[in-house]
Amino acid sequence: MSAYRDIAYNSLWKQNPILGQVLGLCPTLAITTSLISSFSLGLATALVMAISNFAVSALRSFIPYEVRIPIFILIIAALVTVVDLAMNAWLHDLYLVLGIFIPLIVTNCIVLARVEAFAAKYPVGVSTWDGFMMGIGLTAVLSVLGVVREFIGQGTVLSGIDMIIPGAQAIQVLPEDYPGFLVGILPPGAFFVLGLMIAGRNWLDARANEKARQRLLLAGQSSPA
Amino acid sequence: MLDNSPFFRQPASVTSVMLRVLVALIPGTAIYVWFFGAAVLVQIAIASITALAAEAAVLRLRGRPVWMFLTDGSALVTAWLIALTFPPIAPWWLVVLGTLIAIVVAKHLYGGLGQNPFNPAMVAFCVMIVAYPQLMSQWPAVGFTDFHAQMTAIFGARHLDAVVMATPLDALRTALHTPEAHATVAGVLGSNATFGNIGGKGWEWIAVGYLVGGLWLIQQRIITWHMPAAFLATLALIAGAACLAAPERFAGPQFHLLTGGAMIGAFFIVTDPVSGATTPRGKLIFAAGVALITWIIRVFGAYPDGIAFATLLMNMCVPLIDMHTQPPVFGYKGDKGGTS
Repeated sequence: MSAYRDIAYNSLWKQNPILGQVLGLCPTLAITTSLISSFSLGLATALVMAISNFAVSALRSFIPYEVRIPIFILIIAALVTVVDLAMNAWLHDLYLVLGIFIPLIVTNCIVLARVEAFAAKYPVGVSTWDGFMMGIGLTAVLSVLGVVREFIGQGTVLSGIDMIIPGAQAIQVLPEDYPGFLVGILPPGAFFVLGLMIAGRNWLDARANEKARQRLLLAGQSSPA
Repeated sequence: MLDNSPFFRQPASVTSVMLRVLVALIPGTAIYVWFFGAAVLVQIAIASITALAAEAAVLRLRGRPVWMFLTDGSALVTAWLIALTFPPIAPWWLVVLGTLIAIVVAKHLYGGLGQNPFNPAMVAFCVMIVAYPQLMSQWPAVGFTDFHAQMTAIFGARHLDAVVMATPLDALRTALHTPEAHATVAGVLGSNATFGNIGGKGWEWIAVGYLVGGLWLIQQRIITWHMPAAFLATLALIAGAACLAAPERFAGPQFHLLTGGAMIGAFFIVTDPVSGATTPRGKLIFAAGVALITWIIRVFGAYPDGIAFATLLMNMCVPLIDMHTQPPVFGYKGDKGGTS
């Protein structure tokens, strides 16, 4: 059971696709202008990652090593097409907003990275879990980015919620006459917020390491006596 | 002539350099105040207070000696440049936000004084003009110096339609880009009240003020001649060539040199010792590049002036420029010993 817990910790924090591995930055920077669009693209990616890890892991003994990458990509592309068509059918407004970034999930490095590094080597259960948790780690970071950028950019939260729940309203957090800090919405804002998030993660890690070192030092001092 | 040996010289401290840069800004600032009113001084005060407070706060957070870095004057120079490049009737929060971005993000997040790859004041200008394009291009009409109305514009509600005017650069471009008007440069420059004798009413005298301060900086050996000369010469050459080729579409060199931020840019912005190139040949290339991009943005772009973006773009090229313009080490032949 601890294998599953390790995978979850790895995916959400230690090797988080964006904060730890800094992979798949194109959709990260382009789509996180609002919470709704980043959260939905994150979930779509998580879905693709879970199923593609499942499929590759199940087929891993049949895939010739030499041509594994094209086969992985074929599997991923087929799954992304399914998600693409499904969103087109059932969440059409959102589909129009996300646009090219849904088909582009195929080229997101993190999907292929998990398939190649994990699913091709481990059994079906842990592989599916790994793909899913990595996707959730991605979704979490995208969502935080989306909230922050939407908030400083237009002073709202959940704008565009009516694309998912018809009739629901966005929440106006800042006063209506807030002029909007346009840089938050533009790509440079994404770089700045992402940079601050990575810095924050590194700072927390450094602090945790320092605490662990001191605890070890204390333990070392007391034991020899 | 130096007549006493040995020829030791006290290296100039950061504080004395920065103070002399501030002194050199005074003539241009004074003329700016004359034409655009005391709001300019209020903006300088707002920017300076914000810059010093932000600098002190970040230095404390970073565990650096606060007093030593606070009194070096570099934050004040940044603040002053921000106040001079932002519109004098910009709302106060625009200047405060811009200064915070300059000091906290562009200066200290990149490592503080001496480490920042981008000119902090220009980062502030670019961020704010991208975020608030309208507020950043509202200049008061020349001669609108009613202090009370200006304070209302800065601190209170903004009802400015009557007093706001486009800068000469903006007015010229807007006229030329309107296809129905069939405007020519000579026609626009001759007809509009915004334009004075050469580079825009008021602006030409402000430019002269910066020129005087800049020449004094060269005389004081705070800056070398390379960057201002290369910047102004390149700008004049391109503008002159374009004007010769199509005089009805492109304004001449005298207009480009004496309007907008050309002079303050040439002597006070591209010459930033931290974010610019350091080798003599590199300085020439750097400043010429800034001038070229400035002209392109001014003529074909949509922003009021191009110097800020041009400076940042060339800041990115500085490592490359410096690498390829290393002077040969003494004793090696030619350039071969330089970079290998």
